[in-house]
Amino acid sequence: QHGRVKIKSTAQQEEEKRKEREKKLKIYVAARDACFSKRREGVWDDEALQLTQQLLSSNPDFATLWNYRREILLHLETVREEDELQKIYEAELSFLESCLKMNPKSYGSWHHRGWVSARLPRPDWARELSLCDRCLSLDDRNFHCWDYRRMVVKMSGVPVDQELQFTDRLIGSNFSNYSSWHYRSTLLPLLHPESPEPPSPCRQPPQSSPPPSPQTHSHRVCEEQLLKEYELVQNAFFTDPNDQSAWFYYRWLLGRAEREEMISCVYVSREEERVVVAFSRPVNVIFTHGGCSVGLMLVLDGQPQRVEWRSVHPHFKHSPICDLPPGTISDITNEHNLTVHWTEKHTHRDCALYTGRNESWCRDSATDQELFRSELSVEKTSVLQSELQSCNQLQELEPLNKWCLLTIILLMRALDPLGYEKETLAHFQTLKEVDSMRSAYYSDLCSKFMIENTILKMEYAEVRVFSISDKKLTTLCHLDQLLLVTHINLSSNLLQRLPPQFAMLQCLEVLEADNNCIENLEGLYHLPKLEEVYLKNNKISKLADLQPLVSCPKLKHLDLRGNPITETTNIQSELAELLPSVTDLLL
Amino acid sequence: MASEDLPSEFDVVILGTGLAESVVAAACARVGQRVLHLDRKSYYAGSWASFTFNGLLSWIQEHTAGSQPETEELHDWSNLLEDGEEMICLSNTNSAPFSNVQVYCYTSEKDEEEEDEARSPEALNTTEEEGGRGGGDEDGVTEPAESHTAELKEEEEEEGGERRQEGAADAQEEEREEEQEEEQVEAFPSRPQVSWGDRGPHQLQKTCGLNILHCPITQAIQTEGEGPEPESGQPRPSAAPSQSEPVKKKISYAQLLKEGRRFNIDLVSKLMYSRGSLVDLLIKSNVSRYAEFKNVTRILTYRHGNVEQVPCSRADVFASRQLSVVEKRKLMRFLTSCLEETQEEQAFAGRPYLEFLRDQQLGDNLQHFLLHSIAMATEDTPTEEGLASTRHFLRCLGRYGNTPFLFPLYGLGEIPQCFCRMCAVFGGIYCLRHSVHSLLVHKDTNRCKAVIDSRGQRISCSHVVVEDGYVEAARKPTATPTRFLSRAVLITDGSVLSSESDQQVSLVTVPPSEAGGPSVRLVELCPSTMTCMPGTYLVHLTCQSVSSAYQDLSPVVTRMFRTPESHDQEGRPSVLWCLYFNMADGSAVEVEGHDLPSNVYVCSGPDGGLGHQHAIGQAEAIFHKILPEDEFCPPAPNPEDIIYDGETCTSPLGEEGEERGEEEGEGEGEGAGEEEGEGEGGEKEEKEQEEEEEEEEERDGEVQEKQSLKSEE
Repeated sequence: QHGRVKIKSTAQQEEEKRKEREKKLKIYVAARDACFSKRREGVWDDEALQLTQQLLSSNPDFATLWNYRREILLHLETVREEDELQKIYEAELSFLESCLKMNPKSYGSWHHRGWVSARLPRPDWARELSLCDRCLSLDDRNFHCWDYRRMVVKMSGVPVDQELQFTDRLIGSNFSNYSSWHYRSTLLPLLHPESPEPPSPCRQPPQSSPPPSPQTHSHRVCEEQLLKEYELVQNAFFTDPNDQSAWFYYRWLLGRAEREEMISCVYVSREEERVVVAFSRPVNVIFTHGGCSVGLMLVLDGQPQRVEWRSVHPHFKHSPICDLPPGTISDITNEHNLTVHWTEKHTHRDCALYTGRNESWCRDSATDQELFRSELSVEKTSVLQSELQSCNQLQELEPLNKWCLLTIILLMRALDPLGYEKETLAHFQTLKEVDSMRSAYYSDLCSKFMIENTILKMEYAEVRVFSISDKKLTTLCHLDQLLLVTHINLSSNLLQRLPPQFAMLQCLEVLEADNNCIENLEGLYHLPKLEEVYLKNNKISKLADLQPLVSCPKLKHLDLRGNPITETTNIQSELAELLPSVTDLLL
Repeated sequence: MASEDLPSEFDVVILGTGLAESVVAAACARVGQRVLHLDRKSYYAGSWASFTFNGLLSWIQEHTAGSQPETEELHDWSNLLEDGEEMICLSNTNSAPFSNVQVYCYTSEKDEEEEDEARSPEALNTTEEEGGRGGGDEDGVTEPAESHTAELKEEEEEEGGERRQEGAADAQEEEREEEQEEEQVEAFPSRPQVSWGDRGPHQLQKTCGLNILHCPITQAIQTEGEGPEPESGQPRPSAAPSQSEPVKKKISYAQLLKEGRRFNIDLVSKLMYSRGSLVDLLIKSNVSRYAEFKNVTRILTYRHGNVEQVPCSRADVFASRQLSVVEKRKLMRFLTSCLEETQEEQAFAGRPYLEFLRDQQLGDNLQHFLLHSIAMATEDTPTEEGLASTRHFLRCLGRYGNTPFLFPLYGLGEIPQCFCRMCAVFGGIYCLRHSVHSLLVHKDTNRCKAVIDSRGQRISCSHVVVEDGYVEAARKPTATPTRFLSRAVLITDGSVLSSESDQQVSLVTVPPSEAGGPSVRLVELCPSTMTCMPGTYLVHLTCQSVSSAYQDLSPVVTRMFRTPESHDQEGRPSVLWCLYFNMADGSAVEVEGHDLPSNVYVCSGPDGGLGHQHAIGQAEAIFHKILPEDEFCPPAPNPEDIIYDGETCTSPLGEEGEERGEEEGEGEGEGAGEEEGEGEGGEKEEKEQEEEEEEEEERDGEVQEKQSLKSEE
């Protein structure tokens, strides 16, 4: 019977393949060695181009060879005519295409393509753009291609609206794509910028009359477009609420830009002859001897002062503090005007210390600033409200979706942090259950919001007492807002430490922190007015843990009952030696 | 070639080249069985075939009353009987399972421009050049019967199509006929048509429509060359339906004929589920390398008088404008959750799926989509069945694109041929226009020992596989099939739902207009599927028969398209030409219980299902009956790993030499094979060339990518 088919045995196939591989390897090694020796000898000829091409087309990730190739091309630029160069570079581009087919994520190939495109005498950007589109249609998350595409777009000046359509297309085919959403977020403010009119009344919450907050700078999008974007992104997260890329974009849409860097508070104390400065955002202040590199200048009654700025705590460098020369303001019958200039940012803050007053400050309050709505803040409350409704609708359908829950929390905070406090806490509880891997994150976030709410309450009450007991706090934050607090109650929480930022509480006199898990008191550092510290039932175990207290000159009352340290022998005498100022010691 | 005898001994003789038979053929040959595969038709794939437009016209002619197929002369070959054998004659008539064939043409006979300008000789030439492709299809009826043995041995031959088996002589003949055809077409201008001109276009439309509806075009074709006809007997232009669209010129019947080779019109309308048994088999067996596929790009449904897109993939749901965000969520949630079995669904066992959907609080929109378009069920379908088909649909999503379906380029008729090709690669021998006269059965064992072919040659064999149509009615358990399918084929000038791209492949589900009626499945193919000429769409409608195909389907056609019958259908695509016919539903054909020897296996024809499960399952079952121990279609080796015997062997390995020598002794069929090889080489080049052109078209324009099946990593 003819026509029977015989199939080669696997052993035969293997053997053939092995031989094939060996042969290839030999050729490859020989070519590589030839390339290296040519480069050593500084030969930049066509043969070298060919050799490297041969090698790179089978292994496009050989960086040395790309470098050599660029050397050769740079050399050719000096000796060839422009037309000829154009041809050489065009050939280079088509060679690169074959390399990209080999490995579409080759760093070397994409980088070289960028280099060649930039040097091409007569570039054909349309072609490059369609190459990118082709690559992205095969893999819409190829970040090398995204990168290169950005360069092409920039060089060829593709209109922004066209680019927006491009993202429409990509998002339409698969909306799980950070690159597309992000690209959108950069295009929209260019195409549909927020109207330049001054902040309309509706932007201001009714309670804030004094200065309109110019601290937000506009990377924002006009409202009409914004509403379209909400619709688009809602379609995405209703379709697949577990896809986080849409949620991130949504938060970007709802969020507002970061606050401008400025001096948010100046505090002056007559007794300590000290000035403390706080910034709106963490400023990396580098303190140098004999001056301050942030360019802070203190002017007292019209006279620039030579003062030495230092940080409130060695591990927390965002808040500078300085001591005035002794006697400058100590006379209580004198009135003084201070100005702190931040020369770097061309901004300053005044503060007047009146006769008969021991201290004075000038600050932006949290309420005026809508500080704690900064996570999300859209122009119109009504828009936020309808977004909250949509999310609530989704939450009804998907009660356990963490992204939805989190977004609802953020929306509630933007709308009415105090009014929604109860719901917020309930949602946090659900979040911790459905996403137990991140329960610590949610606890910290919840702590932050609770602290913010307490600050708001304190400011509305116009007191200097901060009390937040029994709220399951796991962390402390916004301590810079507590600069003026004299009495703080943190009892019955889950705190483990008093962080360096705690040193911002320059006015603190009484600290209540019973029933926590505190084992570290780092932040109780040079607090000039601190007198009473209640630390019952915490986890302080070593004498060294109490070391920071040594720097607090007025400490008189210390309650350490229920701490492991009380078990230590001789603790009484050792403490007396360490903290001689303490008169009431409870062990 | 025709005079050559076939080898006298085979393991398996297979009659009919439909899908099931071809799969059995490939599977048997693949594991080393000697296969003889015959078809009495001049074309491959039997009831599964695809035709060019002109080929289809011949097929219509063959299947309309009045045109009897030539009956073979009766022979008495009882002298070939051996002791203890009796003869079972097979059906020798074309008892084709088709009935109620009706054709309507709603376009003008010829281009208006052509009326004015005399045909140039160049036009003639171009048509002639196109002559190579698909020639066998339309000329089959008139040509003398001839057998072809196909043996594909060389690697390169694997790439050529074996479907085009015309020898050089045939080609010449074809050319001659081609010229005749041209003349016929040319004859059109001389027809008296002036009389139409002075009537108003609106009136014209009416009268023409009426006339044409009662005039199957077959008559017109039969009489075409014979000079003027009474006017009522001719297809007419339905005239420009409204003056508001003068830009779009309607394609004339003459153009359809001229471009007829661009059509590949399937008798069966099916799609391939991306994870269905056919796709799995194509991948597993490597037969997929012989074909290319396109994604079905849209799932549509007809609802409230409109065609709407059914959102079924994540991207569709996201982009859908018909659904509210809440509906989107509900739909997505249902689609993801229904993949796993739940307690709830057990409570609905035996109750309608629709009730289950209602219970899930899905609104009307979603219920419609899920029931009719995704589960493709009816209102009475039980929950478990509805869920099973929903799951199958969903599992198939996303494998190759945003819908669960693929369609083979050049039509479904390609698929059986791909399996035939695999069979031929593994030594199977092919003859078309060649059948088996009778089975020779050993009385004691009731096993078929041999067959006598239509030329009186005795061929011994161990197993016989026959397509149902080859079995005499008297030997069947039931005389006639119990269920029929109604089919319609339309050539239209636009898509049922226009969109940015005009190259969409759409599946449209049309729910029953009244309760209990059949739901209609509509598949619309665009020119890039290589099944219709540019500027047209090929639309297949299928449903279970209630009455004749025309009665079942023409209401849907009238509602969804513009025909002379429909009114107020602005913006709907016009039907240029349409065909209605009924065919037997293969799933209603009993394949067991025939009065036949135990080693004779029956394949039913195509079934009405959307997928190919029925035929593939049947083929696999037959294969396992023939060869219980062997694997069904194991992966074929790569071409470079196949060592071919015979004179063309280029294997460097010496050990094969001996066997090769033996083979050479039997060189009979080889000459033929070689000859054919050349012929096919030519065909192949042409096809490739065409493909290149097509690719260029693709690069220029829109067009989705072609799919080639690959198993995933």
